[in-house]
Amino acid sequence: MNVAIITFPGSNCDQDCHRSVELAGGSPRYVWHRETSLGGAEAVIVPGGFAHGDYLRPGAIARFSPIMDAVADFARAGGLIVGICNGFQVLCEAGLLPGALLRNESLCFQSHHCRMRVERSDTAFTAGYREGQVLGIPLSHADGNYFADPDTLAALEAERRVVFRYCDARGDASPDANPNGSLNNIAGIVNARGNVLGMMPHPDRAIEAVLGSVDGLPLFESLIGALARAEVA
Amino acid sequence: MSQFTVEVLVTPRPGLLDPQGKAIHHALSSLGYDAVADVRVGKAIYLEVAAASPDDAVERAEEMCRKLLANPVTEDFHVTAAAADRALP
Repeated sequence: MNVAIITFPGSNCDQDCHRSVELAGGSPRYVWHRETSLGGAEAVIVPGGFAHGDYLRPGAIARFSPIMDAVADFARAGGLIVGICNGFQVLCEAGLLPGALLRNESLCFQSHHCRMRVERSDTAFTAGYREGQVLGIPLSHADGNYFADPDTLAALEAERRVVFRYCDARGDASPDANPNGSLNNIAGIVNARGNVLGMMPHPDRAIEAVLGSVDGLPLFESLIGALARAEVA
Repeated sequence: MSQFTVEVLVTPRPGLLDPQGKAIHHALSSLGYDAVADVRVGKAIYLEVAAASPDDAVERAEEMCRKLLANPVTEDFHVTAAAADRALP
């Protein structure tokens, strides 16, 4: 199960994603942003960091890196793509996911564990979770405040495309549990077809007990499992 | 073709939460500037552009805004051009 991990100048979670894929039983491979082919990868991860220094806006310059044409083609062909943190910002800028990530409402860089609720367990990325399950996952960002216009937001909710929502220990998506001002406590969404996931929290930093949480590992196991099922089918 | 200096102003969409503007507004209020009703923060980008006319320079810069310089989901832009010998800052 070959998984391409796109690496931009300024990516800094590429190694975390590499290890996550390995632990989940997949074969990760770094793909430098100047490349133009995904080299037969069966899934793509756009990792966290500060691609191109986050200059102009997070993701704004990365979306024009040469590899992004191949990533867009892969998305259109139904390939599975996960964007984490800066990767989510890149996918929004590239138009592969709707909306935008604004500066955190607090204006502060947020770096701590958060809780998020699994809204759907019927995606290729979340089959290893239970619907309603509360996960403890680290987050680390300055621009994680999810915004979309009212029509887009209504469509996301109506089509059940919000996959993760910030919540408290009891699973309530309360304003107090919202770390960055995101509309409707949105922590992660999928595209209409369900093959592209973007999320601000870092499942790649919650994959081994030594990291304080293993709640992120099932996401990568779900992804590898979906690839294995596709291969059998 | 002549050289033009193009000023691109990128501003958050009206009604969109602007936490930087809010923080600056708060700071101005605490300095006693009660007359300030609202603060919005954007960015100014200066481009040196070769173009046939000021209108042509503006047109080219607007295309750059739609592609890269502004995010259509959250930002508006305004473009003005001046001959390079009357350079903007």
